[in-house]
Amino acid sequence: MVSAIRKYWPFHLMILPGFLLVLVYSYGPMAGLVIAFKKFMPSKGIWGSPWLGMDNFNFVMSLPDTSQVIRNTIIIALMKMVVGLIVPITIAILLNEVRKAAFKRTVQTLIYLPHFLSWIILGGILIDILSPSQGIVNKLLGLFGFDPIFFLGDNRWFRFTLVFSDVWKEFGFSTIVYLAALTSINPVLYEAAEIDGANRWRQTWHVTLPGMLPIIVLLGTLSLGNVLNAGFDQVFNLYSVPVYETGDIIDTYVYRIGIEKAQYGIATAVGLFKSVVSFIFISLSYFLAYRFANYRIF
Amino acid sequence: MAVKMSSGYRLFSMINTCFLLLLGVACILPLLHILALSFSSASAVTAGEVTFWPVDWTTAAYENVFGKKEYLVAFWVSIQRVVIGVSINMLLTILIAYPLSKENSQFPGRTLYAWYFVFTMLFSGGLIPWYMTIKATGLLDTIWALVIPSAVPIFNVIVLLNFFRGLPKELEESAKLDGAGPFTVLWRIFVPLSMPSIATLLLFAIVGHWNSWFDGLILANHTENYPLQSFLQTIIIKLDPAYLTPRDAELHALVNNRTSRAAQIFIAALPILMVYPFLQRYFVKGIVLGSVKE
Repeated sequence: MVSAIRKYWPFHLMILPGFLLVLVYSYGPMAGLVIAFKKFMPSKGIWGSPWLGMDNFNFVMSLPDTSQVIRNTIIIALMKMVVGLIVPITIAILLNEVRKAAFKRTVQTLIYLPHFLSWIILGGILIDILSPSQGIVNKLLGLFGFDPIFFLGDNRWFRFTLVFSDVWKEFGFSTIVYLAALTSINPVLYEAAEIDGANRWRQTWHVTLPGMLPIIVLLGTLSLGNVLNAGFDQVFNLYSVPVYETGDIIDTYVYRIGIEKAQYGIATAVGLFKSVVSFIFISLSYFLAYRFANYRIF
Repeated sequence: MAVKMSSGYRLFSMINTCFLLLLGVACILPLLHILALSFSSASAVTAGEVTFWPVDWTTAAYENVFGKKEYLVAFWVSIQRVVIGVSINMLLTILIAYPLSKENSQFPGRTLYAWYFVFTMLFSGGLIPWYMTIKATGLLDTIWALVIPSAVPIFNVIVLLNFFRGLPKELEESAKLDGAGPFTVLWRIFVPLSMPSIATLLLFAIVGHWNSWFDGLILANHTENYPLQSFLQTIIIKLDPAYLTPRDAELHALVNNRTSRAAQIFIAALPILMVYPFLQRYFVKGIVLGSVKE
């Protein structure tokens, strides 16, 4: 053991700084999860605060908002997962049909730009363009005779706005991955299909889609881990009190209980619930991806 | 090469081209609208005359923004966090990725270490314990709170270690025969050969640090320690007066109109737009490398 460490010390030394930082700032908070089971008192610190058993969890479950928040989270996350899978696949197939390389590159360049802008920037833009009184979107709708829609303040529209704007931000980025899978399809397959009399449509159906299937399965499976990730950055910057009913999610709930109301124990209990459920789903998704798509993380 | 196309397919091609063009334009139109607003006069904006081209061209909004000390301070904090944060990110990414790219036989314990890092991607302590840890280590309200807790970007480590694995083993072996130690091999052989991948990760790290806002919001108590994105969060996004603390309300008075808001949004997006051409060149390779492997 000692000789092994001596022999490989340069490797251990390279890892050491990162190891320590992760220990403190990633594993440290995991240890801090004990406050989910405590009545946290700032004066006594984490370890000195009295134990509460499951009281924090019971209290959270008794709150009327909790089940609504969990439901919102899952609905929004699932909607994003499904639309976020279908749109990039479709666009990748359509882009693949374009023969002019320059045009293809231009479109790609335009569609993944929003991915690199923060939800602060995009939130600021959306708040402006979606405003019912001044926003350009409602001005345009007005031209066609529609009444102004309060996309960010109306419970009938809020989830739709979240999903639409999220897909708008991210579909270009995902399209790249699918497009890469498409370009790796052997052209011989297309030639063979053509000789067999398949038109473009049938070629798409019988060559392109099966060629993409492994990556679709892989990314679809991996996205399972996001079942409780409805997108904190986006929701936090777009929601407001009137749309809590449809838009409040676990992460924003934790923020309000923990940071705004300083109920550390309760907020941590909700966070722990999310972490555990997410862990189960992420592990499951990695396991499935490993088993059926031969995927390895490292 | 002559390709025979049916008339149906030619029609499809035409519609397809138009559709994709519209789609591409739709992705940047909102940004163009904001840009047009920022260069228009306040009266034209209020009258709703501005679409995608400035009306009554003026740079007043920008003069206004650059005259605000708070905005410039926040901009400077952002630049600091990008420079310091990205340097730490890159150094640690390279240092960790190299040993982890070894086979178990070359570096026993490698798998254990790898799981140690990957586990943090699967499970986390959540918001409150994270905040309390940073508080306990005394980083609150300093620039270090923005760079130290996120010092190790695990995803980037994985991308780079997979790239390292694809490099020819013979190079390392011959360097070792010449007496080079692991540090020499890493800096002299692996790093120069991995420049495409490292460039991608560098850009990811820059964009990540520039765009981060939540940590600044939570971990800085004084507005002068806010990075730009956190600063914008408080004055542009949180318009709801019920949420405004007296401090926020004071800041809020700084941005009293849409043109000024538009200018601030655009300036905050500008650094990203400036590195975008470089991003674009490298990132297709980088992202595909990270998410799709044989």
